[in-house]
Amino acid sequence: MSTTFQADDVTASEASLRRFLAGLPGVDQVGVEARAATLSTRSIKTTAKAYALDLAIRMVDLTTLEGQDTAGKVRALASKAIRPDPADPTCPSAATVCVYPDMVDTAVRTLRGSGVGVASVATAFPSGRAALDIKLADTADAVEAGASEIDMVIDRGAFLTGRYQAVHDEIVAIKNACARPDGTHAHLKVILETGELQTYDNVRRASWLAMVAGADFIKTSTGKVQPAATLPVTLVMLEAVRDFREQTGTMIGVKPAGGIRTAKDAIRYLVMVNEVAGPDWLDPQWFRFGASTLLNDLLMQRSRMRTRVYAGPDYFTLD
Amino acid sequence: MNQADMSDRNPFEYAPAPESRAIVDIKSSYGLFINGEWVEAGQSFKTVSPSTEEVLAEVSDAGEAEVGAAVKAARRAYVRTWSKLAGRDRAKYLYRIARIVAERSREFAVLESLDNGKPIRESRDVDLPLVSAWFFYYAGWADKLEYARADPRALGVAAQIIPWNFPLLMLAWKIAPALAAGNTVVLKPAETTPLTALLFAEVCQQADLPPGVVNIITGAGQTGRALVEHPDVDKIAFTGSTDVGRSIAKAVAGTDKRVTLELGGKAANIVFDDAPVDQAVEGIVNGIFFNQGHVCCAGSRLLVQENVAEEVLARLKRRMGTLRVGDPLDKNTDIGAINSAEQLDRITQLAAVGDAEGAQRWSPPCELPDRGFWFAPTLFTGVTQAHRIAREEIFGPVLSVLTFRTPTEAVEKANNTPYGLSAGVWTDKGSRILWVADQLRAGVVWANTFNKFDPGSPFGGYKESGYGREGGKHGLEAYLR
Repeated sequence: MSTTFQADDVTASEASLRRFLAGLPGVDQVGVEARAATLSTRSIKTTAKAYALDLAIRMVDLTTLEGQDTAGKVRALASKAIRPDPADPTCPSAATVCVYPDMVDTAVRTLRGSGVGVASVATAFPSGRAALDIKLADTADAVEAGASEIDMVIDRGAFLTGRYQAVHDEIVAIKNACARPDGTHAHLKVILETGELQTYDNVRRASWLAMVAGADFIKTSTGKVQPAATLPVTLVMLEAVRDFREQTGTMIGVKPAGGIRTAKDAIRYLVMVNEVAGPDWLDPQWFRFGASTLLNDLLMQRSRMRTRVYAGPDYFTLD
Repeated sequence: MNQADMSDRNPFEYAPAPESRAIVDIKSSYGLFINGEWVEAGQSFKTVSPSTEEVLAEVSDAGEAEVGAAVKAARRAYVRTWSKLAGRDRAKYLYRIARIVAERSREFAVLESLDNGKPIRESRDVDLPLVSAWFFYYAGWADKLEYARADPRALGVAAQIIPWNFPLLMLAWKIAPALAAGNTVVLKPAETTPLTALLFAEVCQQADLPPGVVNIITGAGQTGRALVEHPDVDKIAFTGSTDVGRSIAKAVAGTDKRVTLELGGKAANIVFDDAPVDQAVEGIVNGIFFNQGHVCCAGSRLLVQENVAEEVLARLKRRMGTLRVGDPLDKNTDIGAINSAEQLDRITQLAAVGDAEGAQRWSPPCELPDRGFWFAPTLFTGVTQAHRIAREEIFGPVLSVLTFRTPTEAVEKANNTPYGLSAGVWTDKGSRILWVADQLRAGVVWANTFNKFDPGSPFGGYKESGYGREGGKHGLEAYLR
């Protein structure tokens, strides 16, 4: 189970990659689910809750990924990301707005100078069923339009048939496509679509595969497949980034996405970040929530803490 | 270990989240529960909260006269009512008790944490759900005893003496099968943790249990001895130390009293190199730090395969750094208080022996409260089979770490103990689990988990860990002739 990590050795061939991933310690399903359940009984109150709510708001990738998205919808969402609670200037902004590539331009214009980033899904999201050159063009298009972050999907078909090298090389190619002319690159989040990988062993292997290939973030789900993010899946991914840093010194971010709707859920994730990966990850640079309805519940709980009463849903904007 | 200093400047410091005590009404003094009524004894003693040393209540100290009265009440109830009831009618009472305990579980959980020192997370999520599960399970057996054995007949009056580590749960393990099988009982809780048993007496009243079927008497060793030696007792069920178990076995020698003993342990938790390592670390933590290590089946000897020992230890230490030690009533506490000053002395002494014998002690940095009885989670490395801390039951949050090279050596070391209560095996290889479990001389072998209990599963030991089984169909055997 001990692996002294040498990235070049690992990625030298299909065989070495396979050997490395198969050599990762297994995940016991019962154990990991029990650990996640125990951590969810943590009771976060008063000052700790206030801290967690503000942090969670700052970690939201406010997302709209619908066929019916329009420029108007994206502008509205972007305004909300900048000022989630118009009634309260102390309320922090969300991390980014997350849209399809064709909406990046609109989002960038609305968000310019606000500090809120623009994340774009790419690579034939959500299925990833397209030729590599199309995925690369999709990515380059989003980067060119000004996306600060790219959320790509892995080729789950290749992963499930054991063609790890193909998955790896594709991530490397997309990472290259994230490069900008000025030498910087858009941050790359790699979506594992854990609902399709199904086993925790697969989640751990896919996490390592993505990290070895150069992911800046590993992300659970597209939100289009059920189950999306779950606490135990995120726990396995947090263990992976923790172990990766221990072996390489490099920190990778984690983003659960889909199905996180309440402040209570979000706080459970933050407790897990704190106790599994460690407090260094308690920062929007290293942990995000892919969500849309979550934000309003965070705002409602935040205002409840300040005013001691619950305001009705009409006091929070619907965007 | 570049996160070793993660306790420093953590912005996400959990605020106190104490469970309210208001739900429990602790009386200033308690009598003995004999024949369905509260009876005062001449003498009394105090029970304290081990986390604060606050006196919780005065409790009666039953002498020989009171023990005699309790046994007499149990005999009368057995002869006049309980032995005449059909199994399905006994079941009705047990179901009623199970439901009342479930309904009042928060009250019981708070009281248990106050009197015992265990974290509310455990009393709420482990002890209490198991208590009502035990009563529900044995309620189901009461009218089906002939499926457990041919011509099932009750023994009569059972004397039951239980320890302080799981006060209410051990009560349930004892009372539920005894009543289901048609016996009446006199139960003595441990002198440091009598309060939940006394609250349970209220549940018996609430359930309209016929007077004398359950009698609860409090006191220390003298009371227990009087109960064991009482001539009209048919059966003795004891859970506690091997020393006391041995003296009980001597006391009943030559009588026709039945005995079951559930005694100490020094369980091996065996981690192979192909184990699911993060879950194994959780299992090690759960094995030894659950209930402050006050667990007879605690995984107090970690046997880890030498080729992964370094990595497992590094992960274990990091995990131990996140354990939260403190107020048992705080919902975020992982490790509560040591149950008594006496037990703290014993743990402290044995840990000092570990130092003196050359083992290396390690504890994560953790602040212990000023008042009360506390011991930081501790592990010893460099331990061998020859060390006393690898042989003697410490009954505290102290883990001895040993290594092995091959499965055969692991089994040899695991079995090389006078005890044989439980063991754990961690490996992804199913065939190895079966082979190891088959070789281990331990009553319970957990595979890729630890400290899991279920009323349907028998529990009990080999060798100096005692005899007889509790739980499941096997658990009925101890209460039937």
